[in-house]
Amino acid sequence: MAIKKFAVAAYDDEEVLFPAVKKVRKSGYKIHDIYTPFAVHGLDEEMGLKGTDLHIAGFIYGLCGTSTAVGFISWIFTSDWPIIYGGKPHFALPAWIPITFELTVLFAAVGMTLTFCYLNQIMPGVKKHVFHPRQSDDLFVMAIELNNHTSEEEAIAFLKATGAKETSIQVAEASWWYGRWDKKEPYELQHAR
Amino acid sequence: MNDRFEIPGRLKNTSLALIAIGVLALIGGIATLLMGHIDVDRARFWAVLLHDSVFFTLITTVSIFVQAAASLAQGGWIVAYRRVPEAIGANVWIFGTIAAVVMFLIVFTFKDANGINTIYEWVTPGKDKILLGKSAFLNKGMFVGFTLVIMGLWAFFGRKFRAMSIAQESAPKNDTKNYWKVFRLSGVFLFVYALSQMSTAPWLWIMSVQPHWYSTLFSWYTFASAFVSGMSLILLWVVYLKNHGNLKLVTIEHMHDLGKFMFAFSIFWTYLWFAQYMLIWYANIPDETVYFKLRQQGPYSVIFYANFIINFCMPILIIMSRPSKRNYFTLTFMAMFIIFGHWLDFFQMIMPGPLKEHWHINWYEIGIFMGFAGILIYAVSNTLTKSSLVPENNLLLKETVVHLS
Repeated sequence: MAIKKFAVAAYDDEEVLFPAVKKVRKSGYKIHDIYTPFAVHGLDEEMGLKGTDLHIAGFIYGLCGTSTAVGFISWIFTSDWPIIYGGKPHFALPAWIPITFELTVLFAAVGMTLTFCYLNQIMPGVKKHVFHPRQSDDLFVMAIELNNHTSEEEAIAFLKATGAKETSIQVAEASWWYGRWDKKEPYELQHAR
Repeated sequence: MNDRFEIPGRLKNTSLALIAIGVLALIGGIATLLMGHIDVDRARFWAVLLHDSVFFTLITTVSIFVQAAASLAQGGWIVAYRRVPEAIGANVWIFGTIAAVVMFLIVFTFKDANGINTIYEWVTPGKDKILLGKSAFLNKGMFVGFTLVIMGLWAFFGRKFRAMSIAQESAPKNDTKNYWKVFRLSGVFLFVYALSQMSTAPWLWIMSVQPHWYSTLFSWYTFASAFVSGMSLILLWVVYLKNHGNLKLVTIEHMHDLGKFMFAFSIFWTYLWFAQYMLIWYANIPDETVYFKLRQQGPYSVIFYANFIINFCMPILIIMSRPSKRNYFTLTFMAMFIIFGHWLDFFQMIMPGPLKEHWHINWYEIGIFMGFAGILIYAVSNTLTKSSLVPENNLLLKETVVHLS
């Protein structure tokens, strides 16, 4: 939701990337994100990312599913439209367990999928700024957030010293948006400098 | 890395004390229950011995199953603590022998005042049409034959798997001959196990205490019960050995995976338990509901609900989250409760048949259980001292060291 200034460095080897990440964190720069062509094991710990709480959300969605199923079925069969089936009592809990189970799983699965998409800012039709066209091909791209007090030249020189193959300064939308590429982000901004 | 286990004096004294309590309970049982002339007391004497010996046989046999499943899947993570299931599996023959002796004594010697065997009613079918109809399977010859074959095969494979693993230590480095031998025998054992524990054995030993009733799901349900308590037993040994300074290769990752097994198979047990319950509840056929009439609404309702709470509610609430599966205290706590809960589960499978409403959990039941626990601790700790606890020459040793759960 905000236009920010980034110093972007592209590395061609994860062997170079790991020491670079360590140096960047040590010197106090704020890493916006790192884009890699494949999943790099151990990079999340190196970046200092915390473990996810997605499973707690999943547990809560599951509880919502359980209570929806039990509440809705028991309302139907005990007060709204009570019918005797096969000589069973109106409140026939064992017969409802399979449906309750299914609804628990459904709520947890759908809820967790949507939460996962939200946390990772991915969704059909949603756009995000691409820092380097080769970030999904063969380059490891690290974006560092700059502000008014950080010098562009110093940041570029620092990134070059860590072994970056290409560096650039980009002013871009930091988060996701819905719609066209040029709606929030003028085409020139994508490739500033 | 030589990782030898020496039995601490305290463990040895505890196990001997437990065995002494068991022997005292047995003598007390013989004096007061067996020698008395009340039929229910005599049935209680035998039923408790049957319950504990079968329970311990089944949960120790799970250790062989775990080894075989891991070998066949070529799973490396088990290697770090593989000596523990090996040691438990190598002692199946003790419990198998006790269980076979107890069951044969019940079949051949037990009769109440009217000449009816109230534990295995099919031994004396009289003119009962249902029992006569089942007599092609439920008869003394079948029972003795099946029991001897099953116990013999389990005892053989338990000792064989340990022997093969020990033999690997003196084999040349990276020799795969032994590895593929274990692989092949694992397949054979799983076949044997599927035809015994997962079908015939629980029918003969446990379900036939109520021979008029049957459930096709019963053996699976018994297997789930035995499997989850067998995994808990392995976990308790691993925790004990780690506290004692052994098993240095076992990390929190291995404990986490053992915890996953305990959690997942508690849910699996609940699934089978509920599947059996719901179908009988829904169909509402008197021949079938008689089983749950006695358990859920009758004198066993306390155990019926305690069984559900300990074996489903507690595991799902306590060891669902990741941090609690990586915590030694919650794992040990839950493992003990799971073993106790499934002991109760076996109790409510066996007791309602012979004892009806006259059940007890008293000095005799607890004493016999402690006696069996003492035998288990004594035998397994003795076996563990016989070799290094790290299978250094195992081909999958590297997999277990780098294992992440």
